[in-house]
This record gives sequence, C-alpha cells and structure tokens, in this order.
Amino acid sequence: MQAKVADKTSAAGRRAKTHPKTPLPQRLGRDFKRNWILYLMALPALIYFIVYCYAPMAGLYIAVSDFKIAGGLFDGKFVGFKYLNEFFHSYYFGRLLRNTLVLSLETLAFGFPVPIIFALVLNEVRSTKFKKLAQTITYMPHFISIVVICGLVTNFFSMNGLINTIIQAFGGEPIAFLSEPKWFRTVYVGSEVWQSFGWDSVVFLAALAGIDLEQFEAAKLDGASRWQTIWHISLPSILPTVVTMLLMRLGHVMSIGFEKVFNLYSPATYETADIIATFVYREGILGANYSKAAAIGLFNSAINLILVVTMNKVSKKLTESSLW
Amino acid sequence: MKGNRIKKSREDIIFDVVSYTIISLLILVCFYPMWYVFCASFTDPTIVAKCKGVLLWPQKINLDAYRRVFSNPEIWTGYKNTLIYTVAGTLLNVMLTAMLAYALSRKNVLLKKPLTFMISFTMFFNGGMIPTYLVVKSLGLLDHRFAVILPGLVQVFNFIIMRTQFESIPDALEEAAKIDGANQWSIFWRIYLPVSSTSLAVMTLFYAVNHWNGWMNAMLYLPNTPELHPLALVTRGIVVSSASAAMSEGAALTQEMADAIKYATIIVSTLPILCLYPFLQKYFTKGVMVGSVKG
Repeated sequence: MQAKVADKTSAAGRRAKTHPKTPLPQRLGRDFKRNWILYLMALPALIYFIVYCYAPMAGLYIAVSDFKIAGGLFDGKFVGFKYLNEFFHSYYFGRLLRNTLVLSLETLAFGFPVPIIFALVLNEVRSTKFKKLAQTITYMPHFISIVVICGLVTNFFSMNGLINTIIQAFGGEPIAFLSEPKWFRTVYVGSEVWQSFGWDSVVFLAALAGIDLEQFEAAKLDGASRWQTIWHISLPSILPTVVTMLLMRLGHVMSIGFEKVFNLYSPATYETADIIATFVYREGILGANYSKAAAIGLFNSAINLILVVTMNKVSKKLTESSLW
Repeated sequence: MKGNRIKKSREDIIFDVVSYTIISLLILVCFYPMWYVFCASFTDPTIVAKCKGVLLWPQKINLDAYRRVFSNPEIWTGYKNTLIYTVAGTLLNVMLTAMLAYALSRKNVLLKKPLTFMISFTMFFNGGMIPTYLVVKSLGLLDHRFAVILPGLVQVFNFIIMRTQFESIPDALEEAAKIDGANQWSIFWRIYLPVSSTSLAVMTLFYAVNHWNGWMNAMLYLPNTPELHPLALVTRGIVVSSASAAMSEGAALTQEMADAIKYATIIVSTLPILCLYPFLQKYFTKGVMVGSVKG
C-alpha cells in the first residue's frame, strides 16, 4: 500500500523536474555519473540495511517451509501455513497473545497519562533550579541499562525488599511478587512507568514551552486560577501532541520489549509473563525449532505492521501530521 | 510571567504546595533506588541484610564486595569488551549514518525517494529474531566481535535527525563551495559536518549509550565465547541470574555477600553513565526534539 504511494509521488517529482521523455536508464546513468560520490557514501549503510533488514525479511521464507539446519535458508520444502496453523491451535497461542496485549495495554493505560500530568505540573513550577533538578533525576532511569533496572526491581520487590517493608509497616503480609503469576503484571507495569515517565515527558514539556505566554497573562488578568489555566490553556494546547503520541503508542502495542520481560520472568510466572517475543526466543534460539519460531515471529510482525500503518493513517486524518 | 507577580492568592499557595510535593515525591522515587544501591555497596553486608531496603546513608564502610568484584577477571574483560564495542561501534554508527543522511538530503539525487522509503520501511517491518539470527549465522559471524558491532549499525531515528539537520543548512553554503571547486565529499567533510556538530554529538551519545547498555546481541550471537561478552552481559549474569557464586573462590557464598556483590557490580557498570549523564542531559533532550519534528 505504502509502496504505491511512494512510487506515485517520486514518479511525479521526477516528471516535474527532468525532461519527461528521457528514458529511465539514461537518466539513472546520468545521475550516477553526477552523484557517484553521494551514492558511494550511502553504500555502506545501504549494504547494512540489505544484510540486516531485508535478508532476514527474505529469510522469513523459513516460516512457510521446513528449514533444516544443514541446508541453506531457502532449501527447505515449502509447507505453507503449517507452522502458523499449528501455533494458532496450540495451547500457547491464547496465553501468549493475551500476555502480550495485556502487558502492553496496561503499560499504556498507566504509563501514558503520567508523563502528561508530570509535564503539566512541572510546567507550573517557577523555580528554574528545581525544574532542572526534577528533569535531570527523573530522566535518569531511561539511560540505565535494562539489566541494572531489572536488578533493582528484583531487589526492591523481593521478600526482604523495600516494597514489602512498606507493606509490613502498614500492617500487611509480605508478598512474593516475583514468583506469583498474579503479581507479575503489577511489577512489570509499575517498573515500566517508573523508568520511562520522566523521559516520556520531554515531548510534552517542549509542546508546553511552545505556548504563547500572552495567553497565560490574559487568563491571569481575567482572574483565572492556576488550575483553570492548566485545564483551559495548557492541556488544549498540547492536545495534538498527546493524540499523536497516543496513536504512535497504539501502533506499537504488539512490539512490547523482549528485554525487560526476559530479565524479570521465570518459569514460575510464565502463565502471566510469557510474551510472544520471549517464546520465540526459547523455541528458536534455545530449542532450535527455527521454522516454528519464525512463523510465530512473522505473525507478530505482521500484526505490528498493520497496526502501525493504520495508526499512521488515523493520525494523518486527525492531526494532518504523519508519524514518519 | 515574572513581570506581573501580584500578591499570591490562597489558591495559588495551595497549588504550589501540592505541585512541589508531587514533584518532590517523584524525584525521590526516581533517585532512591540508585542511591540505596550506592549506599548498600559500601555498607557492611550484615547491616544491609537487616535494613530491609531502608538505607539512607552508607554505614560501617566495608569494601569487601568491591574487592571481590575487581578481582573477578570477567568484570575486567567485560569492561575492555564494552569499551571496544562502544568506541568502534559508535564510530561506525556515526560515520555511516552521517554519510547516508547527507547523501539522501541532497536535492538532485534521483533515487532519493525510493531509498528513503526502503530505509524507513525497516522501522515498521522486520524479519524478526530468528531469521536475523540465521542470517548472522550463515555469514559466519557467530562468536565474532562483529556480530555485536554490526546489528543496529544505522538507526532510522538517528538517520532522520541527521537528515533534518543537513536539510536545514542553507543551499548557498553548498553552492559557494561548488564554485570553489569542492567535490561532494569535501563539502560534506569540511562544511556540513563541522556545522552540524551539535546534532552529531546528540547522535553519538544515543549510539554510545546503546552500546554501553547492550547485552542482547552478545547473548544471541556470542554463545560460545564468554571472553567476548560486554560488561552489561557479565552484569546480567551476576545481578539477574545470580551467578555470583562464581566469585566465591570455591567457598560457598553467604546470601548477604552475594547481594553485596550485586550492588557493587551495579555501581561499577553504571557509574560511567551516571557520572557523565548530568552534563550530557541537555544534548539528549535536544535529540528528542529534533526527532519529533519529522522530516
């Protein structure tokens, strides 16, 4: 779909710029002669994209064929959607899809509003020093390795950790957060929000900084309270940014990160923690069931593509600005 | 807003109190975990075990954990490997991305549109973990340093940042250089790169942090060569999958000491980022801003 659009625009552009009658090979030849240095500069990166992005896309052939480790990527016998069908009918399908979607949507539900509220409140702070301090410290977790983050999470949610100390201080019973399936989502979503709310607020803070100060002054003269200015000026002004970001996040609902789940889950919590990406890893890399794992991965990427393209279309309609 | 600071109303004061309290709490929540680990890594392990997560200051300084961490050869090779991957990887990343972005930011390039589309498309669809792994394997890159350096060589996000930057430079600069007889490479190298130093710095930082924190490529592509593992993967072994027993020199390790080693390892592997980060933060923020203005 997208390819057609790009073709059309580029074709139109070419027609407008160059003589309409010169055949393409000739124009290409002239272009290479004139811009060979530029093409040479782009070449290494293009080779990278071909080897690391397009070759694996072609390699998805193993998802519809019987891949044997001894043979090449394209030597397997074509079996169609055999592996995909197997996956759809397996016990894991429902669980993996549910976990992937639930973890992702819960993160969105809690993780999306927090940075907006944080940005709105921070924008009202008048002390520049305090603002800077708040930004520096709340952005920090974003730059710490996921490995370390998960180490912190494991420590703080352990039986002897801070969270259980607090629960006990309020008279509760300690909870085995990391080994009880029903708590995995809480731990995952909570730590995800903790790690990213600061950094996610950057975009909203920038949008807030772009608001004309006169609007605030006028509101003040009219006797508006701070709460009213937030509600009637700040929030509506950043609404386009909010909508764009929300659609972007919705487009990526199926591309929930492998790394964090992988570092937090254990066989005890697979019931609620195992997502498509981690299952693909265990099946493919550890279990060497390459065709099966690739088929499951393909299912995930395909839904991903559909979601991203759809959300981009919606975004174009709503805000007249595309996501790419 | 400073000009007309009239007497604060009661409502204003309440608002300030509430907003400062909320933000202070959030600062605390973000700061405390790292601070706790920092304190715990210097404190006597038996005290840490009793404090149950509440430690506001290092107590009864004890450097045993650090001694064990630093006497672990894995940490040192991890450090060395991470430095190699970060320096070599970032250098390649930045060069390739900048060259590609420059080539595709010029106006009269015929294949600009299809190539840009080909690159952007990789943001939305990819072969996934297994086919990528098999391609790397069939190239013979498994258990080779390049298997860690090459993935993510050019990131589309950074490519967009750089292309936007190059496009924002007035054409007159290029025209003038052309009249002086400069070719496209020297225009890029002598004029466009120096003028774009801020964007370059932003891109360098993003790439470097990714390399420093990266562990997944090493886990996937270096299955039989632990001597090539970067620090983050070594850290993972100690912190997440509790392999600290390896450091006990044969003797069984107490739970307290194992925890202390975790804390010290976290500090040792994160300290460079934590020390540099406050000074570089404004560049990171800038990068997000450039990236969000789509080209």
